[in-house]
Amino acid sequence: MLKAHNLTKRFSGLLAVDDATIDVAEGSITGLIGPNGAGKTTLFAMIAGFLSPNAGTVTFQNEDITGEKPHLRARRGLARTFQIVQPFAGLDVRDNIAVGAFLHTKDPAEARRLATLTAEKVGLGHELDKLASGLTIAGRKRLELARALATKPKLLLLDEVLAGLNPSEIRDVLPIIRQIREEGVTILMIEHIMQAVMNLCDTVYVLSQGKMIASGEPRLVCTDTAVIEAYLGHGAAARIKAEGAAHA
Amino acid sequence: MYSPTIIFEALMNGLMLGAVYALIALGLTLIYGVLHIVNFAHGALLTVAMYLVWLASDRFGLDPYVAILVVTPLMFAIGYCLQRFIIGPASRGSDNGILLATLGLSIVIQNLLLAGFNSDTRTIATDYAFEIVPLGPLLLSLPRVIGLGVSVVTAVLLWAILNRTDIGKAIRAVAKEKLGASLVGINVAHVYAMTFAIGTACLAIAGGLLMPSFYVSPTTGAAFVLVAFTIVVLGGMGSIPGALIGGLLIGVVEAISSLFLGDSLGQIGIFLIFILVLLVKPTGLFGARA
Amino acid sequence: MKKNFEFIAALAFLGVVGIAAIAGLPGNILNLLIFMMIIALTAQGWNVLGGYGGLSSFGHAAFFGTGAYTTTILQTSFGINAWVGLVCGVILGAAVGAMIGFLSFRAGLKGSYFALITLAFAEVLRILANSWDFTGGAAGMMVSINNGFAYLQFSDRRWFLLILIGFVAGGLLLTRWLERSAFGAYLIALRENDQAAQALGVDIFKIKMQAITLSAAITALAGCLYVQNFLFIDANVAYGSWISIEALFAAIVGGAGTMLGPLIGSVLLLGLGEITKSFSGGIAGVDLVVFGIILILCVAFAPNGIRGFVADLWYRRKSRGKAM
Repeated sequence: MLKAHNLTKRFSGLLAVDDATIDVAEGSITGLIGPNGAGKTTLFAMIAGFLSPNAGTVTFQNEDITGEKPHLRARRGLARTFQIVQPFAGLDVRDNIAVGAFLHTKDPAEARRLATLTAEKVGLGHELDKLASGLTIAGRKRLELARALATKPKLLLLDEVLAGLNPSEIRDVLPIIRQIREEGVTILMIEHIMQAVMNLCDTVYVLSQGKMIASGEPRLVCTDTAVIEAYLGHGAAARIKAEGAAHA
Repeated sequence: MYSPTIIFEALMNGLMLGAVYALIALGLTLIYGVLHIVNFAHGALLTVAMYLVWLASDRFGLDPYVAILVVTPLMFAIGYCLQRFIIGPASRGSDNGILLATLGLSIVIQNLLLAGFNSDTRTIATDYAFEIVPLGPLLLSLPRVIGLGVSVVTAVLLWAILNRTDIGKAIRAVAKEKLGASLVGINVAHVYAMTFAIGTACLAIAGGLLMPSFYVSPTTGAAFVLVAFTIVVLGGMGSIPGALIGGLLIGVVEAISSLFLGDSLGQIGIFLIFILVLLVKPTGLFGARA
Repeated sequence: MKKNFEFIAALAFLGVVGIAAIAGLPGNILNLLIFMMIIALTAQGWNVLGGYGGLSSFGHAAFFGTGAYTTTILQTSFGINAWVGLVCGVILGAAVGAMIGFLSFRAGLKGSYFALITLAFAEVLRILANSWDFTGGAAGMMVSINNGFAYLQFSDRRWFLLILIGFVAGGLLLTRWLERSAFGAYLIALRENDQAAQALGVDIFKIKMQAITLSAAITALAGCLYVQNFLFIDANVAYGSWISIEALFAAIVGGAGTMLGPLIGSVLLLGLGEITKSFSGGIAGVDLVVFGIILILCVAFAPNGIRGFVADLWYRRKSRGKAM
């Protein structure tokens, strides 16, 4: 469904993303993990159209969208959330979500009805009339998710929707994400919380220092030498193996 | 067409007027570079400085150039208090809030002056206002030559303050990284107010340099404010060398376009430059940041 | 529900003003009310872009003046009917808005940069109008006196006030529509966060263009009506910064980005201005000193204007009532 091939992004000398390739299959939940500063958010920004790559192509449903503006991608069904939540502070929760819903209907009543439904889906049903600025962090994350969902995406890009949540809040959100996929939305998610990645993802890509160093099933990727060293430093994989052998 | 001497004289006049423009813009760009605010009250504060110079001359018989010595500390204090006690607290750091607070301030100042001094234009009569300095075939007006000299000296002084003194170091630290500066114990509100005060003090010098050959009325500063913004934008918001070169450039443009288009249309050249720079290269000629 | 109440209250206020005018008001009050309505309409225009869109313009004079000059020139130089002139003025004003918007938004200007460039455009127009012959140069232009509905001039000024009230009510209706529509939601969204808006499929360039065009059209309409009342303009009146500032003041003091803001702001500011003038014995500038202080106070203590301030008080009182 999404093919981001050989993407490269340079920021005045700094190579943020270096020839990275990612394929997202329709109906899947694909994870993108990697240490801090690996370039995950930059890669996301290129896929969503907020940054233009120095090289490489982005293909969505077999159409090249590399140079397309973000709002046009959203209309194609490519929605994203932001790592740092970006609520429309002056609007209430319902109208925040309605901004997303207006993509498919210009009828205000219908858009607000859809917004209400979407809010209920992510567990914001009781906070519809609150100003977005009055929500807790967990509430804002849900709002971010609801707004993107209201655009009726085919592919949802989630940038660390679980970061900053406590374990019980994470447990509440996981089924919501699974439910979204059940309804036919493909998901590509950046996530740090491994519990969530192992739980949700069919495939995981690992980005380190701008390069894609591994991909595959979550369980396999986690034991990959290159991946462990990217997170824990050079030689870590060997030490872990040695410790594992000693314990056994 | 005009003879080369006339054009060259206009050029020199432009350069000299531009030097005073640069001085006004210097204050504005310093404030922008550190506080990251567009100080809309800058023009009104220039008017205040010019009135203070006029008062010093009219009431106490001080020569405008001597008056600079008195008015500069006064304007410094005014600038400090305005930022510390009005603009800073009122705007609470929001970009729009600062823009509106300084706009409100400029209207208050301009109309207080109108209420206090009415709309008459005031001038200072000096014996040297029409004195001419011959330079080869060119005849240059003495006040403008002095203006050029003092502006250059002030710019050097400002550079020295920023680079050689403790407060200068603090100012540069705050400009670069506000949070970091406050973490190492720099009082950011104080540094902001000091920067604003230095920027305002530049206006006192500019006011003193302008008064022998110019007049002042409550709206005089408003005429300068867009010129100063043009210079600041042209030179790159926050860039001190940019303000100097931009000032000289704008002075020349004004002199030349006045020569060819007449005084009233001549100003259009400046606004068109302003619009063009904003549209094409909003970082200005010397600005690094977007 | 609250918005409905406000809308009805505002209409009722306008109705009372209209009825009072018909019943008979002293001439100076009538003139003040006329001026209030012109400024309210100008500010309603500003509010679409500056209030809802968060793009503070310092140069709405560009639209006001274009409307005013267009209808004046069409009437005096071409003998065209005042109403046709008014429509042309609105269209041309909107076109100037679209042009300024196209250039500025293409370049991605916002915040202080946008404020400054709008001011510069208005100044360019002022200087041009001041030197061109067909705008009457520095001497300005007069609209010749022809009383009657067809000429949009009335010997009995009450009629003019009623027409203005009608336009201001129209402005309220438009704002009310805006607050509910997709366009309004998009406009507020891009004000609050343009990246997030783009991510949700909002074409921010298009929305900004629509906003500035609509905003300019309303302000140009106010400019046309200004001329029909005062029958004289020159460059400093039509394109002078005073009108840009009045528009911005009224909207912000009343409550930028609210339906009632511009009306509350203009009535309050101009009313207060009159009172100050009468107390200060007519010293020029005192009323504007008061305006400036009020603006600073609003920025400091009532960032959502008087409408927001009152709404907050109201809400707090009610929630306290519930708690007890």
